[in-house]
Amino acid sequence: MTTRKKNPVWAFFASVKLALFLLFILAATSIFGTVIQQNQPAAQYVREYGEKTAHLFQILELTDMYNSWWFLSLLGIFSINLIVCSLERIPNVIRLVKKDNLTIKSERLGKMAIRKTITLPLSLEQSVQRTTEYLNSKGWKTKKRQKDGGILLFAQKGAWTRFGVYIVHLSILVILIGAVIGSPTFAKKVLHREKFAFKGSIMIPESRESNFIYSFANGEKIDLGFTVHCSFFTIEYYANGMPKTYLSKVTILENGKPVTLKDGSTVHDLKVNKPLTYKGITFYQSSYQPYSDFLSLLVNKKTNEQQTRIISGGKQIKSKIAGISFGIINQELRGEAVQRIKIWFTDKDAAPSTFWVNNGQKAIIKRPSGEYELTIKQLYATGLQVTKDPGVWFVYIGCGMMLCGLFVAFFMSHRKIYAFVREEHGKSSLIFAGSAHKNKVGFEKVFSRLVDEFEKRAI
Amino acid sequence: MNSSQLFGITTLCYLLSSVFYVGLLVFKNKKVGTIGLILAIIGVIIQTVAIGLRWQESYQMGIGHAPLTNMYESLVFFAWCTTLFYIFMEFKFKARVVGAFVMPFAVAAMAYASFAKRISQQINPLIPALQSNWLLAHVITCFIGYGAFAVAGGLGLMYLLKKAGLKKGKEQDSLSGSLPELKVIDDLTHKTIIFGFMWLSAGIITGAVWANEAWGTYWSWDPKETWSIITWFVYASTLHARFTRGWSGSRIAWLAILGFVSVFFTYFGVNFLLSGLHSYGAS
Repeated sequence: MTTRKKNPVWAFFASVKLALFLLFILAATSIFGTVIQQNQPAAQYVREYGEKTAHLFQILELTDMYNSWWFLSLLGIFSINLIVCSLERIPNVIRLVKKDNLTIKSERLGKMAIRKTITLPLSLEQSVQRTTEYLNSKGWKTKKRQKDGGILLFAQKGAWTRFGVYIVHLSILVILIGAVIGSPTFAKKVLHREKFAFKGSIMIPESRESNFIYSFANGEKIDLGFTVHCSFFTIEYYANGMPKTYLSKVTILENGKPVTLKDGSTVHDLKVNKPLTYKGITFYQSSYQPYSDFLSLLVNKKTNEQQTRIISGGKQIKSKIAGISFGIINQELRGEAVQRIKIWFTDKDAAPSTFWVNNGQKAIIKRPSGEYELTIKQLYATGLQVTKDPGVWFVYIGCGMMLCGLFVAFFMSHRKIYAFVREEHGKSSLIFAGSAHKNKVGFEKVFSRLVDEFEKRAI
Repeated sequence: MNSSQLFGITTLCYLLSSVFYVGLLVFKNKKVGTIGLILAIIGVIIQTVAIGLRWQESYQMGIGHAPLTNMYESLVFFAWCTTLFYIFMEFKFKARVVGAFVMPFAVAAMAYASFAKRISQQINPLIPALQSNWLLAHVITCFIGYGAFAVAGGLGLMYLLKKAGLKKGKEQDSLSGSLPELKVIDDLTHKTIIFGFMWLSAGIITGAVWANEAWGTYWSWDPKETWSIITWFVYASTLHARFTRGWSGSRIAWLAILGFVSVFFTYFGVNFLLSGLHSYGAS
């Protein structure tokens, strides 16, 4: 330790002043990124702030400041500061925790802030035995030693809580490690394995599938290693027109075969706040795109034959089923969303029928040749955000550690109780003394109750 | 009786409670302070009923959800947390005059929620992004923190007033004479900040977990997130300054006020002045 202390670099990083300075600088600089909109096209900054200021932003990387070299360096220095600061202080804490408290001089007890003296009509041995039994029964594991013409008893609780604050420090490091592990930039530039961690998105039209996504970082394709199929997308609305649900029905395919996931099914309802994870890759419902085309499903009730096709309005479709042809001859729109569709439907045997049906509603058509079900809905593409973040568990564990650490650091303390027993004129005099490294007021109450109860019981 | 009428009565109770607490500060009559406390308690009980009623009303509308989803509801909840936290503190630490510095926050929140034109009192259904169990955990943890920080800010202000009064040396006849000892205020400020910091951390963490569930990113440096971490940095520095550099008194009082300014900006400023993902609270 002494050699380390002489090292000026070590001393610099071990200082709390640096920590305070960094916390302040991190807080102050973070404000920029909330005032200047991040990651906008360069032209927008020129328009909003003028050419010179926009140029300055670019030099200082203020347009993507939380990923800039200087902000990341600040976080790096902050981490080193955290580590060095903790390493500097932990040996001292270990010493405090392991300390042999029985070496204390008995006169010291009489000077401690929290103390009480009682006299018992018992011999020294009896008093020591009773005190030990009593403290042990209250969970204060007692040690003893003969000294200064009497016997000193000592018990402590929560010595380990002195580490609370270091649990918090460690938790921040664990979170930052998690952030690095899950960072797409780290995966690409350091590990040279883009598939290790990435963020991207993909639009999949209903009835279609994809085995890749587009990376957010550079727009390049990232191979998933399996296929995602979307069979259905819908938006449900509340009565007042606000959106209620965005729902995609999604299937994972391996070598063209649907995969049964943990929930026991192959088709999954993907909603906002209800993502789907497969092989560490998570799919989130994030957007959608309505088309002017339609998705049709025709079922022959007699044979259970069915056929799914994408069709355009105004075009006739000749299906493989029983020589049926159908088409959309009219539609009612609200905004971009189709409300009702007019369908034209015929088979070989009779005159065509036309009828209106709600978007996506099943129509049952009885013809001389048999009974058919036709469902036509406006075609949508579902927009999925796709993330692979192997660091997220580190982050979560770090978060849990932080909460536990904060609780320990703030609300628990290292408490000590001493009792010095001496024989005086056939009676014993006991000096009880205690200390707590935090919440002394609370401990004083516990201490008084403990000693008062003992006094009552012993007499 | 519907929830908005009850919220109106709550506002009135809090207003009167503030008046009585200020009265205690001026007249140093203990009875006046007791009335202030009773009014605050009645107010918080009525408000609890009102929040429950609003919750029930949303179910009657067929769009049932906890009343924690827009600016109106969050302001109401902020006032509730602040008052409840204060009442708890008064019982535990017996520092009654503090009410004169805290209850006005509750009144301001309730009044702003009720009278500001930009704030709609309507109960709206939950948009898909908010349909999550994390909503409750996130909002409650954040707002307990906010409530505590409001109290800490009030305590900081009180400390500075008392100190200024002492400097002028007219403690006997001035307002500051009825304030608790500087040491007591300082200790309460510290304890309150610790409590708030714990909940703010929990609030940020529940928010991160939720963001990861909903968007696939636990942290995206959106203005709300960034301001919450700025606030966290401010209080983290305050705690370190106290624990390791022995700061206390005026400096901590100023930091408690600065911290609350940061909380205030996280809560309001971001919604009204900056744009981002976290736009639910703006109307």
